[in-house]
Amino acid sequence: MSSFINASIGKKFLVSISGLFLISFLAVHLFVNLFLLGGQESYNLIAHFMATDYVISVMEPMLAIGFLLHIIYSSYLTITNQSTRPHKYKIVDQSDTTSWASRNMFVLGGLVLIFLVIHLSNFWFQMQFGEMEYIEYGGVMVQDAYSLVTAKFTIWWQVLLYVAAAGFLGLHLLHGFQSAFLTLGLYNKIWRQRLMVIGILYTIVITAGFSLIPLYFLIAHYTT
Amino acid sequence: MEFNLKIWRQKDARSQGGFIDYNLKGVSGEMSFLEMIDYLNKTLIEGGEEPVAFEHDCREGICGSCSLYINGRPHGPEDLIATCELRMTRFKDGDTIVIEPWRAKSFPVLKDLIVDRYAFDKIMQAGGFISVNTGAAPEANSIPVSKEAADEAYDAAICIGCGACVAACKNSSAMLFVAAKVSQLSLLPQGKAETAKRARAMVEKMDELGFGSCTNTTACETECPKGISMAHIARLNREFLLAGLKS
Repeated sequence: MSSFINASIGKKFLVSISGLFLISFLAVHLFVNLFLLGGQESYNLIAHFMATDYVISVMEPMLAIGFLLHIIYSSYLTITNQSTRPHKYKIVDQSDTTSWASRNMFVLGGLVLIFLVIHLSNFWFQMQFGEMEYIEYGGVMVQDAYSLVTAKFTIWWQVLLYVAAAGFLGLHLLHGFQSAFLTLGLYNKIWRQRLMVIGILYTIVITAGFSLIPLYFLIAHYTT
Repeated sequence: MEFNLKIWRQKDARSQGGFIDYNLKGVSGEMSFLEMIDYLNKTLIEGGEEPVAFEHDCREGICGSCSLYINGRPHGPEDLIATCELRMTRFKDGDTIVIEPWRAKSFPVLKDLIVDRYAFDKIMQAGGFISVNTGAAPEANSIPVSKEAADEAYDAAICIGCGACVAACKNSSAMLFVAAKVSQLSLLPQGKAETAKRARAMVEKMDELGFGSCTNTTACETECPKGISMAHIARLNREFLLAGLKS
């Protein structure tokens, strides 16, 4: 097993598996975010469920491990790849042969990581360690996560940050989605086109979803 | 036609190289790219200069000897051809053409535009073969092979081992080359039995020789003169993962 992980394909396997895990997490995250559109009670109750459910509490450290594996192994591979061409070409023309996203996955991943730190400090850190308001629903005291989130989404530069991050994430997914399947060997000439289409559709849903929700609250703030 | 050539010149493997500019007049559009360099060399020799060293052999896109990185692309601006098949009509009169050798740590420059591609041979020696003598070509129907498998194996077998995949890849990965060889053998009955062992041995050798890891940009597939598909890389990944599970 150690020879498997030591090989380049073994490390790529870990990047792909963790990437697909994070891709599935994004779908769950967006689903939960959609409850924001249902109003204060709707979102606070789903946020309370996410914070207290046993399965979710097990998934939380797994998610952290997923992020760490993805970041550590992709960074390791990117750094080692830097030494494979000590003498660079004078001219490289790949504008028509490869996508910009595929050539810049590390940069895009880095930008998403910077956003993630800001995002966690905005919400997760506040909910865990900050002073939160509580509201009672059916005898249960629940954190008012809705007010925390919607207040942030009335600040234009915060919304701009979220929209930009969704764009970077979208570009990362555009290559990452099909690339993960290719690395796992779940890819052939027939499924290539299908995975490309599924990947593009998934990227559109995720990018649009994570952009439009903050924009909706910003526009609502300035128009009501 | 007249061209301004910017060519990498390097005395030997230990010397520092550099670009030298040449102005070449009287090039015919019907010349192949290699013939254009032959013509340049003729003028250099006549002028008492050292000719440009470059690799060539069959000059019909089969041998994989030619290996020039032309204006930022392996084998030049056209898809699905080797440098020897590239015609000068593809360029405009007065163009500047930058000619470089393949660049990769595993392909050190030996002289001018010639690189040492022995690393590919070492990968082949690690597992790109069938261990037992399978005898002469069998009677066509004695070992059934499906049309799909035969076609797919042929698609991989047309790899000429030129190294354009390594030259094109931003990570200098040899995955497309290794994938083509593993794929070709694993799809056919004689080679199937050793697939797991072969995939593991060839990937380990590729890593050991300093090739980078594949990030699936597909540059290799686009620049491959034979159009070897990324689907073969997926097969190599699959075989390697299965080999890992079995070990």
